[in-house]
Amino acid sequence: MQIHKYDTVIVGAGGAGMRAAIESTKRSRTAVLTKLYPTRSHTGAAQGGMAAALANVEEDNWEWHTFDTIKGGDYLVDQDAAEILAKEAIDAVLDLEKMGLPFNRTPEGRIDQRRFGGHTRSHGEAPVRRSCYASDRTGHMILQTLYQNCVKEGVEFFNEFYVLDLLLQEVDGVKKSAGVVAYELATGEIHVFQAKSIIFASGGTGKFFKVTSNAHTLTGDGQAAAYRRGLPLEDMEFFQFHPTGIWRMGILLTEGARGEGGILRNKDGERFMEKYAPVMKDLASRDVVSRSIYTEIREGRGCGPEGDHVYLDLTHLPPEQLDAKLPDITEFARTYLGIEPYTDPIPIQPTAHYAMGGIPTNVEGEVLADNTTVVPGLYAAGEVACVSVHGANRLGTNSLLDINVFGRRSGIAAAEYSAKNDFVELPENPAQLVQDQVERLRNSTGTERVHTLRTELQECMDANVMVFRTEQTIKTAVDKIAELRTRYLDVSIQDKGKRFNTDLLEAIELGNLLDLAEVMATSALARKESRGGHYREDFPNRDDVNFMRHTMAYREVADDGTESIRLDYKPVVTTRYQPMERKY
Amino acid sequence: MATPTLEKTDKAEAGFGDTPYITATFRIRRFNPEVSDEVQWQDFQISIDPKERVLDALHKIKWEQDGTLTFRRSCAHGICGSDAMRINGKNRLACKTLIKDINPEKPITVEAIKGLTVLKDLVVDMDPFFQAYRDVMPFLITKGNEPTRERLQSAEDRERFDDTTKCILCAACTSSCPVFWNDGQYFGPAAIVNAHRFIFDSRDEAGEQRLEILNDRDGVWRCRTTFNCTDACPRGIEVTKAIQEVKRALITRRF
Repeated sequence: MQIHKYDTVIVGAGGAGMRAAIESTKRSRTAVLTKLYPTRSHTGAAQGGMAAALANVEEDNWEWHTFDTIKGGDYLVDQDAAEILAKEAIDAVLDLEKMGLPFNRTPEGRIDQRRFGGHTRSHGEAPVRRSCYASDRTGHMILQTLYQNCVKEGVEFFNEFYVLDLLLQEVDGVKKSAGVVAYELATGEIHVFQAKSIIFASGGTGKFFKVTSNAHTLTGDGQAAAYRRGLPLEDMEFFQFHPTGIWRMGILLTEGARGEGGILRNKDGERFMEKYAPVMKDLASRDVVSRSIYTEIREGRGCGPEGDHVYLDLTHLPPEQLDAKLPDITEFARTYLGIEPYTDPIPIQPTAHYAMGGIPTNVEGEVLADNTTVVPGLYAAGEVACVSVHGANRLGTNSLLDINVFGRRSGIAAAEYSAKNDFVELPENPAQLVQDQVERLRNSTGTERVHTLRTELQECMDANVMVFRTEQTIKTAVDKIAELRTRYLDVSIQDKGKRFNTDLLEAIELGNLLDLAEVMATSALARKESRGGHYREDFPNRDDVNFMRHTMAYREVADDGTESIRLDYKPVVTTRYQPMERKY
Repeated sequence: MATPTLEKTDKAEAGFGDTPYITATFRIRRFNPEVSDEVQWQDFQISIDPKERVLDALHKIKWEQDGTLTFRRSCAHGICGSDAMRINGKNRLACKTLIKDINPEKPITVEAIKGLTVLKDLVVDMDPFFQAYRDVMPFLITKGNEPTRERLQSAEDRERFDDTTKCILCAACTSSCPVFWNDGQYFGPAAIVNAHRFIFDSRDEAGEQRLEILNDRDGVWRCRTTFNCTDACPRGIEVTKAIQEVKRALITRRF
């Protein structure tokens, strides 16, 4: 076991982690630990753009953006945070441009902007062009640009280091962060990183679904580590299903396709979104569009032999426009479906896309141990965190924004904390939990296989806690997850070696997914209302009296070792926008 | 209103359900120094839908037959650059290669990309690759005070370097280059592509410096224009053309 000491440790090297690293490296001795290479992170898969009210192509302002974000989140958004997000968006985009990001340009040479779901002018009057973009690879360009600037700033990376535990120590009655424990993929060695401040920026947890736009590696490692150490997880029942994933594969086809004029059609060729969202039509918020697609499918208007999908129609758009604005997604259709989007509509279905919930933080990125108490020295940013700027449903282009605004904020805040505070002493045997976990899996002779359990989990989640949920389906999921968690204790792996043991890591990742799936289903069961991405057929209306509050889920361990989940609630921060009925 | 071309798409969809699974043989080059210093080729037979990806096949083998089979992957749709490998002798991304497109009637060979040290099975040491990338100063360099708003750039100037911004650093190009195989000191196509991305960016002011770096004896002049890199690029970047443009810029000092 090696012990390292850094002022600031960042876990994850996607957009949020690298944006934080650029700030913290200038101010403190920083290490970035990532389970991949930085440029492999899933920020790179984001396509359509990053919202900011630059008003480069038409009238716009950050107040409209704030309103859209809050309405898009179905009033579960903390309004002070949304205001910061929308206000700082403008500098966040300009900063990226100055770092070198090759945005598409207007004829005047300014950053070009396009339409996106839920972004409107004058509080919902009509769509507005707010998304700043680089073709349909905006996330790729953000990831590359941030990595380039990390190289420029000399950011120190530990590549292929899996952070498996968070070390918290109680000092004078206050729970503080002391460090993290990481597993080095190349050697199997365990490393302890002692740090004055720690930023979790480890991304989402979409791999507990089967049809998902998420990478294989998005297994909620950061959320699970925090949760196991007694920190709460906020709003985990809210998961976004992106309307346009490639049928059966889940690969993302950007909402920018509809921003450019693409239309959703059912088997009769009907533009069905006109029925559900008369003003915004295909550019209504994602939760609304995904529900509409499934309503069409359930009512027998789905396409294909099994009627299980609908079409994204781009055939009326000029090929030059597709080549210039949507080259990657049109190529996906050609590569994976053998379909030519110039002439043929693309079969799509909603795909599990984004966790609105996560580790609760305040607007400085400080992690909360309960509704109000911060954990000194611990920060989180990006999809792993819940600020909450996305509430019950995130608007498209607000996640690339989130990682830049709150990545930067947490990078600065953590480095400043490191400058003013000393190291917290490490606990005795700091790597014990990870060593035990690794040894148990390496030595297990159990009969269960990781692949079997993971497949059963994914199928259960798709069937029971997707776009439509009822008490019965959620209970089915809760029971199934409990069964899988028991069977997980009997899981064994084939690779017993130390070198690049991805077999072992997949087993550990499955454990994380199971913990988080349980939190998600339990939180969903208790929320007896429909709001944003959480739709309960047995409670189809929003209930602001009982449920305009954030869920806070805690892991409890009884004296006899039995685990359970305790749910608590946290008020929503409301500044100037009172909840209204949500129409698009 | 019926979309005019529904029929064609319907056909493509029908294909999805109907395709009979085929039995394919994957011949994989295995190496694990923890077990043996010897390299060996191992055959795996799997039943799979030929419209699936080579990455799906590798997962099937790892998950159902041999958990020790080791490879890198993440996004699974050609954007993260993790899973470049040599498939039937050509560099490709496993997640962007459909089994039906590589003649599954014969054994499909899969091995690590060449020119970088193999660490285990399909996993290679990427550090020299990223070092060459870092050596070309892959970041925007400007002088003077920054403007308050964005720097202006015409759509034409932006278009000038569009192709090379697509690079995902997967190393398919560099590890397909015979010059790189023979001499690992050569910067390799990927580093030159990333230098090109800045040399031809109208906002950048360090083109001369980058050109000097590439004027080195391990720089662009080592390129023998074999076009392997262009063929290998999963992003469709015209890599050889980019290298030629850098060479021309070195001669004319215009870019």
